[in-house]
Amino acid sequence: MTRLSPSAKSIALHVGVVLLLLALNVLLPEYHRGVLARVLVLAVFAMGYNLAFGYTGLLSLGHAMFFAAGLYGAGLTVYHLEWSVWPAFATGLVAGTALALVVGFLALRTTGVAFMIVTLMFAQVFYLTTLYFTTYTRGEEGLVLPQAARVLAFPGGVLNLSDPSTRYLVALALFALVLAVTLFLARAPFGRSLVAIRENEERMRMLGYDVFANKLASVVLSGLVCAAAGAAYAVLFGYVGSGFAAIQYSILPLLWVLVGGAATTLGPLIGTLFMFYVIDTASSYTTAHLLVVGLVLIGVILFFPKGIAGTVRERWLPWLP
Amino acid sequence: MTAASGMAALRMEGVDSFYGHVQVLRGFDLELKSGEVLCLLGRNGAGKTTALKTIMGLVPATAGRILLGDADLTKLPPHEVPKAGVAYVPQGRRLFSELTVAENIEVGLMTRGKGAATREAVLDLFPVLRERLKQRSGTLSGGEQQMLAMARALCLEPQVLLLDEPTEGLMPSMIARIRETVAGLRERGVSTILVEQRVDAVLPVADRVAFIENGRNRETVPVERLRADPDMVHRYVGVG
Repeated sequence: MTRLSPSAKSIALHVGVVLLLLALNVLLPEYHRGVLARVLVLAVFAMGYNLAFGYTGLLSLGHAMFFAAGLYGAGLTVYHLEWSVWPAFATGLVAGTALALVVGFLALRTTGVAFMIVTLMFAQVFYLTTLYFTTYTRGEEGLVLPQAARVLAFPGGVLNLSDPSTRYLVALALFALVLAVTLFLARAPFGRSLVAIRENEERMRMLGYDVFANKLASVVLSGLVCAAAGAAYAVLFGYVGSGFAAIQYSILPLLWVLVGGAATTLGPLIGTLFMFYVIDTASSYTTAHLLVVGLVLIGVILFFPKGIAGTVRERWLPWLP
Repeated sequence: MTAASGMAALRMEGVDSFYGHVQVLRGFDLELKSGEVLCLLGRNGAGKTTALKTIMGLVPATAGRILLGDADLTKLPPHEVPKAGVAYVPQGRRLFSELTVAENIEVGLMTRGKGAATREAVLDLFPVLRERLKQRSGTLSGGEQQMLAMARALCLEPQVLLLDEPTEGLMPSMIARIRETVAGLRERGVSTILVEQRVDAVLPVADRVAFIENGRNRETVPVERLRADPDMVHRYVGVG
């Protein structure tokens, strides 16, 4: 029997995961398909966070602002300017990327705890800004995008993003694209240099690397991916609200990545899916569901100290990217 | 033993440097000749490691000049110094332990090396690494880690190599291997500054020895003089 190379195994696994998710579109009942579509978009958010935190070692407490920049960039242009989905989505990407460039440029002058605090403060400023301009954003109450505007036009036709199956497939397409980019990055020299920076910045400087420029590139790329998730959330689920800019949405991707496995390609999906269903299941049995979630998290960390995918890689599958 | 040409590969002229408010180097002068192995000896805290870090720009020089040939390194940002041709292997190796041996070398190659040719030349110097290319570097033995740290630095194809206590904690066979490598690099024209605590590890490979005391280079002597006058080591380092 021919043994697959680590690289072939890894590609086969990722293709398999995407095909399985594709099959679930027809296999899952309506409710779970809706949940999974949401999970896929939020997993993209987690994958963006993973680029900065998992691969580069930048523990940000402000990534909600990049997600929300994409969300508002797309949502406000659809709602107020009546733009179609494509330019609105592009606006979300530009907003998140530009914000990541500015915040990264300023915040990366600090490290460690100071970096956490600076990113948290920037995110709070963004959150308060969305509350301040309630005339346009309607604050916590948010905006519901009209169904008629949530239509994706192609040269050959249109896709109605309100349709559950279409929404699922578009979410899956975005997830698959970002998964492929992450997999490529993890194996590319740039990805390795980010891991090396995470391990020892000074050593990288001594090998001739401009560490600041590399970290900034990582934050910008991370911001772009998070903004893509935010913009997709706006047009797929038709809701834009300040809650997505709040600190909770900066902590959640950290939690998803830690549970799934930092610096792994599939960890963000595993962590997001796991946390979603733990909360969903626990809350259907008890109002004290956060207590159950806490206990489950303690169990996960005890048995999977490097996150689920991270521990699987360490113990059983060293080829797992 | 020596392949030194007499031309200066690297010079430090009247360099001062500080850790916070504490001055470590005081008017520090040093000349590394082209193709020589120069060893820095001195007590703990004398300023040996600081001298290397100051060359690399990790500790800023507040006065004086550091010249690589004719190029002034003094005001370069730290990440530009390796590109100019100086490679540094710090004490304690500091590998990227999550990356494999091959990936560590690849990271070293990306900024200055010449790709496959450099990689092969480096692996020829350390054949044991060739057998461990897919192994995570954190799982290598101490000696192998030191070799990988040197290999990664040599990927920069440096004119000057700075080694901070490369034999620390290694068994005698590994020490001999490191020494052979330093001697081999000298034959290829690489000039080396070697910081060591152990005089016996230095004598077989060094061309000259600089005695560092209180942040100053007190005296630089050919290694033959050291052999003829062992008390010299006792005077500066406190051990015979």
